[in-house]
Amino acid sequence: MLSLRNVHAAYGSVLALRGISLEAPEGNIVSVLGANGAGKSSTLRAISGLLRPSQGTIEFEGKSINRTSPEKIVQMGISHVPEGRQIFTELTVMENLRLGAYTRRDGDAIKSDIDRVFSYFPVLGERAKQQAALLSGGEQQMLAIGRALMAKPRLLLLDEPSLGLAPMLVREIFGIIKTISEEQGLTILLVEQDASLALSIANHGYLLETGTVVLDDTAEQLRGNESVRRSYLGY
Amino acid sequence: MLAAPPWEDPDLFAQQIVSGIASGSLFAILALAIVMIYRSTDVLNFGQGEMALFAAFMSWTFLTRMDFWPAFFLAILVAAVMGAALERFVLRPVSEAPVLNSIVVTLGLFVVFNGLSLWIWGSQPKGYGPFSVFKGDATCVSDVCIGRLNIGILVVTLIIMVLLYLLFQHTRLGLALRATAQNRTASRLVGIPVGNMLSIGWGLAAAVGAVAGVMATQNLSLTTGTMFAVLLFAFAAAVLGGLDSPVGAVVGGLSIGVIKNLAGTYVPPEVGSVDLLVAFLVIVLVLMVRPTGLFGRRAVRRV
Repeated sequence: MLSLRNVHAAYGSVLALRGISLEAPEGNIVSVLGANGAGKSSTLRAISGLLRPSQGTIEFEGKSINRTSPEKIVQMGISHVPEGRQIFTELTVMENLRLGAYTRRDGDAIKSDIDRVFSYFPVLGERAKQQAALLSGGEQQMLAIGRALMAKPRLLLLDEPSLGLAPMLVREIFGIIKTISEEQGLTILLVEQDASLALSIANHGYLLETGTVVLDDTAEQLRGNESVRRSYLGY
Repeated sequence: MLAAPPWEDPDLFAQQIVSGIASGSLFAILALAIVMIYRSTDVLNFGQGEMALFAAFMSWTFLTRMDFWPAFFLAILVAAVMGAALERFVLRPVSEAPVLNSIVVTLGLFVVFNGLSLWIWGSQPKGYGPFSVFKGDATCVSDVCIGRLNIGILVVTLIIMVLLYLLFQHTRLGLALRATAQNRTASRLVGIPVGNMLSIGWGLAAAVGAVAGVMATQNLSLTTGTMFAVLLFAFAAAVLGGLDSPVGAVVGGLSIGVIKNLAGTYVPPEVGSVDLLVAFLVIVLVLMVRPTGLFGRRAVRRV
């Protein structure tokens, strides 16, 4: 469904990606692991069009999206839940969700999709009319995911959904992510610091170091891998 | 001679308030335009008043071929297109540069539009005269009177505020404009064409400003100096209300109109032209207590 081949990208003169290659097959949860600055977020930004690759190819459903604008990429079926959530804090929960469906014109289906988001995250339904700034960190993360789902993506890019959240809340959100992926056949590319958490729901994992893939295997194999265990799982 | 105090001549007091609200409406409209641009692009458009002046001159020229209202709307339409084009071709190229650059650019807009107006229409004052629709007898309640033009200004201001409210709160475009003003990265990620939104925002602001320009020059004669004072008070209104608050722009505009009129009436004339001074004194005092302005959320920075 998604494939990156030898993708390079830079912020000004700082090289962030030095030849990333990875595949996300349809219906899978693929996890991207690595330390800070390894290029995880940049990989997602390159896919969603926020960061333009200088070299290499990114293909989604057989079409190259190297030079496609973020607006078009959302329309093609890729939603990005960015690092730090980036919700519209001055708008209401409901307005955030409606903006998630900005590229769609099917009014009735949008309404039922909002209800579906509320069924995954009931607290958002209770707070639909509240300003998003008033939500707790966990609720804001739920809103960010809900907003991304409103675009009806076939591929969801998730950047550090656990960041700054209490462990219980993280487990709850990961449980919901897994459910959504199974129910909707959604492909998910998951960037996560917490490797053991990510590998617990992923089918496949890629390990990044300084902008390149250094290891790639099934989640099960990675969990058993000695060096991954020592460096990233911490036991 | 000093004017009689309000308790001795309440009609005079009421009259000054009414006139103050009317002239304040003009400041409010232009302040709205300034705030709209500041909210969406973080740019202070010092050229707003002269862009409005240019639009007023255009409507005056259109009057030779059509009636007042068609000329009015045509001028607004042209102003909107010009505003959008300015964003796309003049402001956007410097949007990544330091804030000072965009300030210099909008100061440039001031000079360019003022110069263009002078070049095209000359220095001879123009007037709408018989073409203005706002003529006729004033309406009076006891001794407090309000002229046709001031009624017109109030009605137009009200219509603009209602239209803007409906646009921003109840349409998809309005929601996208608000989203873009708040977080551009997130806006792009949900599929909003951010560049187009910025152009539309500038176009809208230019149109709103154009209304202020045409209305302001109905009784003041239309010369290249007309809008400068209006711009000063409009900026003061925007700062007083909080630069990022449309409600603040309106409240600020009306307050400044009233304060300015009252100061002009009750401060002894020997002190000289004091209305400007008092208006700005009030602003300084308010900003000392509330640095974000009356309704603003972000502190007034980068000014």
